[in-house]
Amino acid sequence: MKEFLIGRLNLEALPHEWFTIGGTAAFFAMALLAVTVITRMKRWKWLWNEWFTSVDPKKIGIMYFLVSGFMLLRGGLDALMMWLQQSLSSGSSHGYLSANHYQQIFTAHGNIMVFFVAMGFVFGLINYIVPLQIGARDLASPFLNTLGFWLFVAGVIMINTFFVFGGQYAATGWLAVAPLSGTQFSPGVGVDYWIWSLQISGIGTTLGAINFIMTILKMRAPGMSLRKMPLFTWGSLCSMVMAVTVFPLLTMTLFLMFFDRYFGAHFFTTTLGGNAMMYTNLIWMWGHPEVYILMLPSFGVFSEIVSTFSRKATASYWTNVGGMTGVSAFALSVWLHHFFTMGSSADVNAFFGLMTMIIAIPTSVLFFNWIATMYKGKIKFDTPMLWFLGFVALFAVGGMAGVMMAVPPIDFQLHNSLFLVAHFHTMVVGGVLFGIFAGLSYWFPKIAGFRLNERIGKYAFWCWTVGFIMAFTPLYILGFMGATRRLDHYDASTGFRPFFIMALLGGIVIMAGVLLQIVQIIASVMQRRRLADPTGDPWGGRTLEWAVPSTPPSYNFTIIPEVTSRDAFLEMKKQGLPTKKVFEDIHMPRNTSSGIYISGFAYLLGFGFVWHIVWLIILGVLGILTCLIKRTFNEDTEFTITAAEVEDMEEKRIKKAHASRAGKDLGTDEDMGLKEFIIIVIKWALDIVKNKRWKKW
Amino acid sequence: MAKPKHKLGMGKTVGLILAGLVCFVLVNAALLHGTNLALFSPQGYIAGEEHRLMLYTVFILLDIGIPTLILFYFVAWKYRETNKKAEHTPNESSGKSLVFLTWAIPFAIMGLLAAVMWPATHRLAPRQALISDVKPMTIEVIAMRWKWLFIYPEQNIAAVNFVQIPTDTPVQFVLTADETPMSSFWIPKLGGQLYAMTGHQNLLNLMATSPGDYPGRTAEINGSGFAGMTFTARASTTDDFNSWVQDTRLASDVLDSSTYNKLLKPSENMPSTVYARTDPNLYNNLLVKYSGTHGGHAETATE
Repeated sequence: MKEFLIGRLNLEALPHEWFTIGGTAAFFAMALLAVTVITRMKRWKWLWNEWFTSVDPKKIGIMYFLVSGFMLLRGGLDALMMWLQQSLSSGSSHGYLSANHYQQIFTAHGNIMVFFVAMGFVFGLINYIVPLQIGARDLASPFLNTLGFWLFVAGVIMINTFFVFGGQYAATGWLAVAPLSGTQFSPGVGVDYWIWSLQISGIGTTLGAINFIMTILKMRAPGMSLRKMPLFTWGSLCSMVMAVTVFPLLTMTLFLMFFDRYFGAHFFTTTLGGNAMMYTNLIWMWGHPEVYILMLPSFGVFSEIVSTFSRKATASYWTNVGGMTGVSAFALSVWLHHFFTMGSSADVNAFFGLMTMIIAIPTSVLFFNWIATMYKGKIKFDTPMLWFLGFVALFAVGGMAGVMMAVPPIDFQLHNSLFLVAHFHTMVVGGVLFGIFAGLSYWFPKIAGFRLNERIGKYAFWCWTVGFIMAFTPLYILGFMGATRRLDHYDASTGFRPFFIMALLGGIVIMAGVLLQIVQIIASVMQRRRLADPTGDPWGGRTLEWAVPSTPPSYNFTIIPEVTSRDAFLEMKKQGLPTKKVFEDIHMPRNTSSGIYISGFAYLLGFGFVWHIVWLIILGVLGILTCLIKRTFNEDTEFTITAAEVEDMEEKRIKKAHASRAGKDLGTDEDMGLKEFIIIVIKWALDIVKNKRWKKW
Repeated sequence: MAKPKHKLGMGKTVGLILAGLVCFVLVNAALLHGTNLALFSPQGYIAGEEHRLMLYTVFILLDIGIPTLILFYFVAWKYRETNKKAEHTPNESSGKSLVFLTWAIPFAIMGLLAAVMWPATHRLAPRQALISDVKPMTIEVIAMRWKWLFIYPEQNIAAVNFVQIPTDTPVQFVLTADETPMSSFWIPKLGGQLYAMTGHQNLLNLMATSPGDYPGRTAEINGSGFAGMTFTARASTTDDFNSWVQDTRLASDVLDSSTYNKLLKPSENMPSTVYARTDPNLYNNLLVKYSGTHGGHAETATE
C-alpha cells in the first residue's frame, strides 16, 4: 500500500544536507516572495490571462528570457562552486565538496546551461523576432508554441526538484554516459531526474521547432521569397530543421535509457548483450548537432548586427546563407569526433576528422563574409557591435582549438582534458551566449520600448570578455599539463593549483559582468523615458521588425507589408513610409491554458517515473490525453479584431506614446554611469528608512 | 534617437584592456615557469609524434588565423563611423572574385590540414603495432572501481596502480574493464588515451624513450573514485626492468581469483601493490564473463 501511494519516496529523500536544505529554503523563500508580491498587487488574474495563457510569441519570448536569465544565475553559481572546489582541493586538502556532490554540480551546470539557458534564450529570440522579421501576425500553430514553452518550464522545475525530493542529481557528466548512468553504477534517483527533465523539455523543443519551420515556410509576408528572407530567420530555420531532425533521436535514446533503468532492460548495460558504445553514438548523434542548433541563430544575429551597424548590405547574401545551411547539413555527420578515443579503426576516425574539417569551411566563410560586410561600411560601436567584436576573437581561438582536436592523434592527447573544456566553453560562451547578449541588446528597444543603458552595458561587456579570457586561458594551459576535466581533487605535485585559482578569479570577474548586466537593466528602467524609442527604429534597421512600433501591438502589423527586396524595411524607408493607414479585420488566436495543464501532467508523469509512483504515472498519462483530446475538439480558437477596433487601438497607442514622452525622467540627461546609479539607490534606500515608507506596504 | 553625450574614449579603454591582457599573459608565463607542460615534454615515441603533429597543426592554423584576425580588427577600425576619410558604399556587395576567395581560402587550409591528418591518423592509430628491432611486450590492463590492474602475461606478475616498462621497447597495452563504467587509459607523457570498456579489448601501443616516472590516470569519468584513479608508469632501462621483475616474483602477494574478487570491490585512492604470480586465465575469463550469454553472473556479483 505504501509503495503504491508514495513509491520509493521516504523521509530520507527530504532535504538533510546543507546544499539541499539551502536550495529548498531558497526555492521556498523566492516562491513566497513572488506569491506575496503578486497577491498584494492583485496581479494573479492579470498574470494568468495576459501572460501564462498567452499565445502571443512576443510574450512567450519574454517569458523564455526571464526563465533562462534566472537559470543563468543558477548555472553560474554552479560554475563558481566548481572553481572554488578546484582551487581548494589540492594535496592534503579535499575542499568543501565530496566527489559525488562535485560531480552532481558539473552535471547540473552542463544541463542547465545548455538546455535551460542557451536553448531558452535562443527560443526566446526566435519567438520574439522571427514573426516580426517575416511580417507575420502570429504563428502557424500558436498552441504548439505555448505547449513547447510550458514543457520547457516543466523541465526547468524537474531539474531543480531534486533539492526538495531525493537530494541528488545525476553524477555522470551532462550526457549521462552509459554504463555509468545505468542502475548498476548509479542506483539513486539522480539519473532519473536527468532523464525526465531532458525528456519533457526535449519534446517541447521538438514541438516548438516544428511550429517555427511551418511558420517560416508558410507565413512570410507577400513578396518575401526565401531569397529575400532576413539572415536571422535563415539561421533560425537551419537551426529548427536540425532540431526536428535530431531531437526525436534524443527522445528515443532517453526512452531506451529509461527502459534500462525502470524495467531492467539491457540496451546500454555492461551485461546480457547491452552495448554502452551504442549509447555514446546515439547521444552524440544528437549532441553534436545540438551545439549547432544553438550556434546558428547566433550566426544569424551577428549577420544582422554587422550589416546594420556597418550601414551596409550583407556583402554576399548567398555566401552567408550558404555558410549557415552548409553548417547545418554537415553537422549531422561529425558526431564521432567526440569519441575518437573509443577505439574505432583509423579509417573511421580519419573520415570523421575530415568531416569536421569540412564543417569548418562554411564556418570560416561566414567570418570572411562579415569582414567583407564591414569593408567600406560606416561602423558604429554600440554594445551589440561590441559583443560581436568580442565574439570574433573568442570564436577564432576556440575554433582553431576545435580544428586541432579534429585531428584524431592530437585528440587522443587532448580529449577529456581541460583543453577540451576550455575549447567548448570558448565556443558556447563566445559564440552562443555573446550572440544572445548581442541580440538582446540589439532588439531590447523593440522588446521593452526603450533601449538599454550603453555605458553600463559596455562595462558589462568588458567584464565578460576579460573575465572569460582570465578564466579559460588557464584551462587551456592545464590541458597541456595533462589535467583531465571533472577532477574534484588532484595531487599537489601536479602544479595545477595556481591555474585553478587564476580561473576562479576570472570566474569572479565574469560574475561581476553578470551583476553589471542586472544593474544595466535596472538603470535602463529608471531612465526609460529618456531612453525611449518612439520611432520603432533606433539603430537605422533594415529588416521588417523595425517597421512596427516599439513595443509592437499584439497583432504585430496593422497592415501586412509587401516585400520587394532583401532589406525590406530599408527599401520602405527609401520609398517613403505610407502616411494614410487603411485598417482591416485581424484574426488572432485565442489564449489557451491547455499547454499549462498538459505540461503540469507531464511533470507529474515524470515525477511518478522518478519515484516509481504508479498512480501518479497513470494520472499523468490520462491527464495529458484528456487535455489533448479536449483541445482538439475546441473549434473556437480564434477571434477577430475588427478594423474599427484596430483603428481605436492604434490611436490610443500613439496618444500613450506622446504622453509617456512628456513625462519627467529620473537623474541625469545622459545614460547614467555606475556612480549615479549607486547614488540613486542609496538615496532611495535612505528615503525609505527616513520616512518609514515600509509601513505603507 | 539621441546619442549619449558622453564620450567613452574607446581608444583609452581598449588600450587599458590590452595592457591588462599583457599583464595577464606575463602572470601566466610566470606561473608556468618551472611547471611541467606534459604534452610539450613527451617522453615516448607516440607522445613525441603527437606533439609534433600538434605543432604542425597549430602552425598551419595560426598562419591563417592571425592574419584573418588582424584584417578583421583593422577593417573594423578603419571603417569606423568617426573616420571621415574612409569610403562608404552602402550597397556594394562582394564581387565574384571576393566571394571565390571567401570560399577558396578555408578550402585550401582545410585541404592542407586534411592532407596532414589522414596519413597521421593511420600511422598513429592506437592499435597500430610499433616497428622496432626489440621484441614487443604485452601488458593486460583492467580498469576496476577505482584502480588499474596491470597483468604481465609473459612475466607472470601483476601490479595495481603501478606499471613498469622498459624503454625503447614497444609495449602493447590490452585494455578492458571489469564491473566498471567506461574508463580512459591515459599517460600524457607517453601518448594519447584509449577507452577501457567491459567485454571489449582495445589495443594501445606505446613506447617510452627515456627513463622516468610518468603519471597516468583515467580521463573519462567513471564514478566517485574518478579523481583518485591514478597510477605511475615507470620507464626504466631493460636491465632495471628485468631486476624489477625478479624482485616482484619474490613478492608475498599472489593474484589469484580470491585476491581478484577483493580488488573488484569498489575502493578509492588505492596505493600501488605488486603480485608475484597471476592466474593465467584471469584475463580470458573476463572476456567470457561479458560475452553476453554468461552475463548474468556479473550482475549477481554486484547485488
